[in-house]
Amino acid sequence: MRVSLFVTCFNDTLFPDAARATVAVLERMGCEVEFRADQTCCGQMHGNSGYEDEAAALLERFARVFEGAEAVVSPSASCAGFVRERLHDGPPVHELTQFLTDVLGVEDVGASFPHRVTLHPTCHSLRGLRVGDGPERLLRAVRGIDLVELGEAEECCGFGGTFAVKNADTSMAMLGDKLRRVLDTRAEVCTAVDTSCLMHIGGALRRQRAGVRTMHIAEILAAQE
Amino acid sequence: MSGGGFPAAAKVALRDSQLRRNVGKATTAIRAKRERAVGELADWEALRTAGAAIKARAMATLPEQLERLEERVTAAGGTVHWARDGAEANAIVAGIARGHGASEVIKVKSLATDEIGLNEALEAHGVTAIETDLAELIVQLGDDEQSHILVPAIHRNRAEIAALFERTIAPGQDLGLEPAAIAEAARRHLREKFLTVPVAVSGANFGIAETGTIGVVESEGNGRMCTTLPKVLVTLMGIEKVLPEWRDLEVMLQLLPRSSTAERMNPYTSLWRGVRDGDGPEEFHLVLLDAGRTDVLADEVGRQALHCIRCSACLNVCPVYSRVGGHAYESVYPGPIGAILTPQLQGLDHAPTLPWASSLCGACYDACPVKIDIPTVLVHLRGRVVREAKSRLSPERLAMDAVGRVFRSRRAYERAQRLAQAGRGPLRHARLPGWSTMRDLPEVPERSFREWWAEARPQGGTAGGGIDPVDTTGRSHG
Repeated sequence: MRVSLFVTCFNDTLFPDAARATVAVLERMGCEVEFRADQTCCGQMHGNSGYEDEAAALLERFARVFEGAEAVVSPSASCAGFVRERLHDGPPVHELTQFLTDVLGVEDVGASFPHRVTLHPTCHSLRGLRVGDGPERLLRAVRGIDLVELGEAEECCGFGGTFAVKNADTSMAMLGDKLRRVLDTRAEVCTAVDTSCLMHIGGALRRQRAGVRTMHIAEILAAQE
Repeated sequence: MSGGGFPAAAKVALRDSQLRRNVGKATTAIRAKRERAVGELADWEALRTAGAAIKARAMATLPEQLERLEERVTAAGGTVHWARDGAEANAIVAGIARGHGASEVIKVKSLATDEIGLNEALEAHGVTAIETDLAELIVQLGDDEQSHILVPAIHRNRAEIAALFERTIAPGQDLGLEPAAIAEAARRHLREKFLTVPVAVSGANFGIAETGTIGVVESEGNGRMCTTLPKVLVTLMGIEKVLPEWRDLEVMLQLLPRSSTAERMNPYTSLWRGVRDGDGPEEFHLVLLDAGRTDVLADEVGRQALHCIRCSACLNVCPVYSRVGGHAYESVYPGPIGAILTPQLQGLDHAPTLPWASSLCGACYDACPVKIDIPTVLVHLRGRVVREAKSRLSPERLAMDAVGRVFRSRRAYERAQRLAQAGRGPLRHARLPGWSTMRDLPEVPERSFREWWAEARPQGGTAGGGIDPVDTTGRSHG
């Protein structure tokens, strides 16, 4: 299957490893991956902040960039969800794990990752795209993994885009509780399908020298340790 | 709203560890109970859909439904009053109370009366309003503010309440910490009022247009006392509470108790029509309140906020509400529903920060029994604040415009990316105050994904060039 990668501006610039891992997993699953380099941002930040004209222009641009694509796949539930909600006659856009489980119908992607891992199910994957337990099933099939359940897993980590800045105090109170749950698992890695939430959780874990690292789920699915 | 709006008020609330504990404990408990109560019904999703459809129909035919309601209530011996705003409604209620020479009125818990400041308005007319709902009584005696739609004193624990009663309605008594003993003190105080005060004021959960029936659901029985014992009953009802048909109750009376108190059925459901000889009040007045609701109805996206049945499920599941409590919303309508209702009822200028009092996590939408898409309305209201209330030259708008220009052109985007890698430029806008107090920012990696791709896959499908009108250079890398 020919797949067009929607890397997201966020991953392109800040988390290229997650994006490279996405390509690796898709190619391992037999997909032919293309990258349309004209892509920039889907407009989510503008759209969710009330700058609707700007968001509409960027969405329209997104549609032109990906015109004719058979399947657009993104390592971000948040951005994929935004495009799916707002762009009604554009190309089919999928979040990576949902593409793997629902379109390709795979759970075992041939990964090996012998570490203790906990999964934070992000709001936009859970309540936006309704990925269900897809990410968990993909992780369970990883060889050597010690997957531990996160308490109150479905509660928001407090990122919320500009929320983390505009309501920094409330965001930190939510993050504080999420961190406590992550540390309770004694995991060495906290993973998710969105690097935005992971930047928020990971930024605090690093600040605390907590000894827990964050990784995008694609990096675990790409691993063959 | 105070000067700093929600972020500042939340900051104050977040420092109160007792409040954090009280609200966190209560919302966690009720959240789990609601999930159990809802999980019992196999057709819960169908019920939600039906509830949404009933409310959508009621709002789409509102003038017709209100006229039907007026006609049926009048035919049953009641009097219907129309109030454009809170001041008109307050004057109507005060006029009725004074007309009967009442110096006190007893009240059933009613958010609409709180919204228009009825108690204070009555006080100005020399009439004392006595709250008979236990939690409302606690708030009133403590000269406090409600912090939850259903559980107004959720921010208080039993020790605080016992101490309050010992200071006010049970002077000289030691109530201890047993809930039954504390409640008994309130019961003794209220019984005397039920039996002696001649005028009662209630809100309404529903007003049925088909039959002229008014409905109040409650747990304590104080509402039943108020709607049956006094000579005169005045009901203040927001116009959005009208339901077209009697059979609509079948759906609503399943949705409401399970969503609010996590009960299959609430203990008391009082339904009445007008007046009846020798049974209940001799006089019944229905005050229909607009107070901004028709303006809300004019907003095609925002109007679904009027579907709210005040169950408070969205508060209990909200990660923001469960940490900051209700006071931070500076309105009688707190939580997610308050964040979309208050700015619309009061005007965006009065509550411009509330549409941002959410991480858009979507838990409220999933919990709402009438499927109000709160996240979508929040984003819509953000758009309205940006368009209608924000200065063209606000720093945020200038920054958003600048970032937007970067994203609209591949060349500009790639240039900004290289500047960010070098530690400068507009994509570094993420380094805003607030973030770095608790979180480290990731270093911007030396090489972007697209740079890696261009090197690793020279023939890798980098289609394009000419997408952007001013961007004719095609790829700038690789």
